[in-house]
Amino acid sequence: MTAPTTTLRARRRGGWLPTAALFLGAAYCLLPVVWVVMAATKSGSELFSTFTFWPGTGFAENLSDLSAYRDGVYWTWMANSALYAGLGALLSAAVSAVSGYALAQYRFRGRETIFNILLAGVLMPPVILAVPQYLLMAEVSLTDSHLSVLLPVILSPYGIYLARIYAAAAVPPDVVEAGRMDGAGEWRIFRTVALPMMAPGLVTIFLFQFVAIWNNFLLPYIMLSDDEKFPLTLGLFTLLNQGANTPALYTLVIIGALLAVLPLIALFLFIQRFWSLDLLSGAVKS
Amino acid sequence: MKKHRTSYGAPRRAPYAFLLPAGVLFALFFALPIGYAIYLSLRKIEVKGLGLGSGARSEVWAGFSNYTAALSDPVLLDGALRVLIYGLIVVPVMLGLALVFALMLDSDRVRGRAFTRLAIFLPYAIPGVIAALLWGFLYLPSVSPLHYLLDSFGLPQPDLLSGGALYIALANIAVWGGTGFNMIVIYTALRAIPAEVYEAARLDGCSQWQIAWRIKIPMVAPSLVLTFFFSVIATLQVYNEPTTLRPLTNSLSTNWSPLMKVYQDAFVGGDIHSASATAVIIAAVTFALSFGFLRVANARSRREENR
Repeated sequence: MTAPTTTLRARRRGGWLPTAALFLGAAYCLLPVVWVVMAATKSGSELFSTFTFWPGTGFAENLSDLSAYRDGVYWTWMANSALYAGLGALLSAAVSAVSGYALAQYRFRGRETIFNILLAGVLMPPVILAVPQYLLMAEVSLTDSHLSVLLPVILSPYGIYLARIYAAAAVPPDVVEAGRMDGAGEWRIFRTVALPMMAPGLVTIFLFQFVAIWNNFLLPYIMLSDDEKFPLTLGLFTLLNQGANTPALYTLVIIGALLAVLPLIALFLFIQRFWSLDLLSGAVKS
Repeated sequence: MKKHRTSYGAPRRAPYAFLLPAGVLFALFFALPIGYAIYLSLRKIEVKGLGLGSGARSEVWAGFSNYTAALSDPVLLDGALRVLIYGLIVVPVMLGLALVFALMLDSDRVRGRAFTRLAIFLPYAIPGVIAALLWGFLYLPSVSPLHYLLDSFGLPQPDLLSGGALYIALANIAVWGGTGFNMIVIYTALRAIPAEVYEAARLDGCSQWQIAWRIKIPMVAPSLVLTFFFSVIATLQVYNEPTTLRPLTNSLSTNWSPLMKVYQDAFVGGDIHSASATAVIIAAVTFALSFGFLRVANARSRREENR
């Protein structure tokens, strides 16, 4: 913002309508989050008897109940989610980076065809893949293993699509050409020249994939039967299912949901600093 | 590395090497399963006699019989209708809100931009299953703040988890979860519009409203196309939210959406052949819709370029 402060202030005076609308939107979006924070502090009896947005007295008890539930299986789910999402997103960002770079920086036969085929993967409903993926995993005895949930999520057509845009915007062809004139190999140019330039975009891809995998439900639901390998989403779903018969489990579901959401909120706040929304316009400026 | 060229042009093999990991993963986890699903959809189990003993059940060629059976299955058609109604609520509301919020974030008279942007985007970070679970509790009469308020005023309490209200309840979860993501996509496109365009418009005496309507919205049309396209696809694939809400209500069947029916047929009913046929139909509809839509979008952008 380079506008002089006086004109900026003058303009801001009439901004109450958009401001009010945005705050209303923010309130709507925060409502369930605020609710779960409050509900997590309530004991089983308070949950159904006190005002929903008023804190209760059972937070510590809920937490220890959750930890005690089936010898702390909840923390295993948490660790599993971290493993699937962390490793999966890292590999996914790496594959997206090399693919997007190749599609953006080289002119070669079949480039658009390859890109379109990869992009078509975005359109594929998970179930059309998940049923045969399950059967194929069963062929090689990989069902109900960590790998069965990890391998299928590495390739992200959307990640490749984004990486191609970032590579085209952030890596000037002149710089790549200069690297070639200095006698650097293609891989070396990618690693030392292009990769650092693409880094902000890759952070975005990592974040998108991390969230997508952390939120994934269908694939683990189909692949896994041993609840020691469940991610959080699947674990909480089974807990809620049991809660329908045993309402005492509801308090566990609620505090479990809160704890499952916290790491992602923390990740968001942390990554904000690196994550440039103006990436594309920034690249155009340079 | 050996120098194998005289000019400094890009080598021929490098791009293929770079694309190799994606290619292998695509072949193993996309192409092969799709091919296998199509193969399975064209076969069926034939039961001889009472279906007992080895050899009594054999897999045979079925032609398109699984497809004709699926397409005339009222359970699937009802599910498709439900998803259509659901989508007609979700897509316009979600994209409308996303566009409005993005335009407001981009207007320079607004306060609390960083906070509201983050707050509206926040639901995107919350897994669909957990979002459905949280909203499910908020819909539950014994827990919901809405019901608490209505009750304290002595007003009747609506049942949000059955009948027509169920569509609103489900749509609300999708709108809540998706608006922020679409808002960010549109907002990023708005930020990329060069400042000179606005200055020229202001010199011509355009109001904020006219700038939004005549300049901003047309210039972010490609992002709107993209977000529409992703929203429609996501809607067709609705699965997590109705599945999660099922334990809380009796009005959600195991076949509520077509994808739920695929899961039900494949893993509960054990009929992978008809499940595969249904899955292929859903994929074909998705492809037809999105390619048709992309063609329209491309034709439009080409016309703009030629003007």
